[in-house]
Amino acid sequence: MSALPALVSGMPVVVRTGEPLTHCRTPHYLRGKRGVVVRPLGRYPDPEALAYHKPGLPPRVLYQVEFEAAEVWGERLCEPSYRITADLFEHWLEPDAAGHRRSPA
Amino acid sequence: MSDHQHDHAHAHAHDHGDHAHPPHGEDAHAPVDDLDSYDPESLLMEQALRELLIEQGVFTAEDIQRQIDLTESRTPALGAQVVARAWVDPAFRAALLADARPALESAFGLDLANTPELTVLENTADLHHVVCCTLCSCYPRNILGIPPAWYKSREYRSRVVIEPRAVLREFGTELPAGREITVVDSTADMRYLVIPLRPAGTEGWDEERLAALVTRDSMVGVAQALAP
Repeated sequence: MSALPALVSGMPVVVRTGEPLTHCRTPHYLRGKRGVVVRPLGRYPDPEALAYHKPGLPPRVLYQVEFEAAEVWGERLCEPSYRITADLFEHWLEPDAAGHRRSPA
Repeated sequence: MSDHQHDHAHAHAHDHGDHAHPPHGEDAHAPVDDLDSYDPESLLMEQALRELLIEQGVFTAEDIQRQIDLTESRTPALGAQVVARAWVDPAFRAALLADARPALESAFGLDLANTPELTVLENTADLHHVVCCTLCSCYPRNILGIPPAWYKSREYRSRVVIEPRAVLREFGTELPAGREITVVDSTADMRYLVIPLRPAGTEGWDEERLAALVTRDSMVGVAQALAP
């Protein structure tokens, strides 16, 4: 593991898909959605292991990630023009090659 | 009380007569802070587990009481003092926004070492933050104390991420046109506290007077600070 978080503010990311049957902190409504990193929030033991009495080490980087609401829900299902942020662990995020860098709100 | 509990001891057969109960926790209007509304089986299980852990020496009854006292000593009044200080003291405000826990520990003499990480977000004339936890009930308890029942309700948690303006309106909060909204879903180890926008007409006010305008709901972001 490198000393610095791999993702930085403004970097476009996509949330991994997947349906683990075990505990995880990635809400279903954000899986597969595209956003940008607001900032790294530090390293924490992996809750997916802690939930089963394992140490969850090494700790994983947690990122605050920002999404446009229309990207998350589709324009017809939500109110117009607002953003949602959520805190997601590094192993649920990958760089979004098709995305554009932008400054989070 | 005992009759009531007795009645509900049968509730989990799923069908007990003339009306259906939603599963526990799904009725957004239920007084979930009322002990009567908790499932008696869960209460019994909590008691059994607690007694076992005390018996095994994992912790003492005194430890539990100390933790309850600590939790109950944290109320939105503390958050209101923090916000009022941030409004009048630019150096404290900057430290709070940069790294909240150390700033709070040194300014208010708090020991936050064994409490979750905290980020403070500032509402401005351009951007309004509203905090939720869609997965459960994560809340900045180390500053605001115990979360209100509505914060934990499925209705709030599911609606605020889809129609934040409608939810805010139901709290009596009408934001000016053009003010952007960010809904902050606290899904992991970080907790969030909002500094509401300082109300107009409070120039020159001292901290104590300002703190009286800062409500719990304004620090979650479902409301603005009170008008003077």
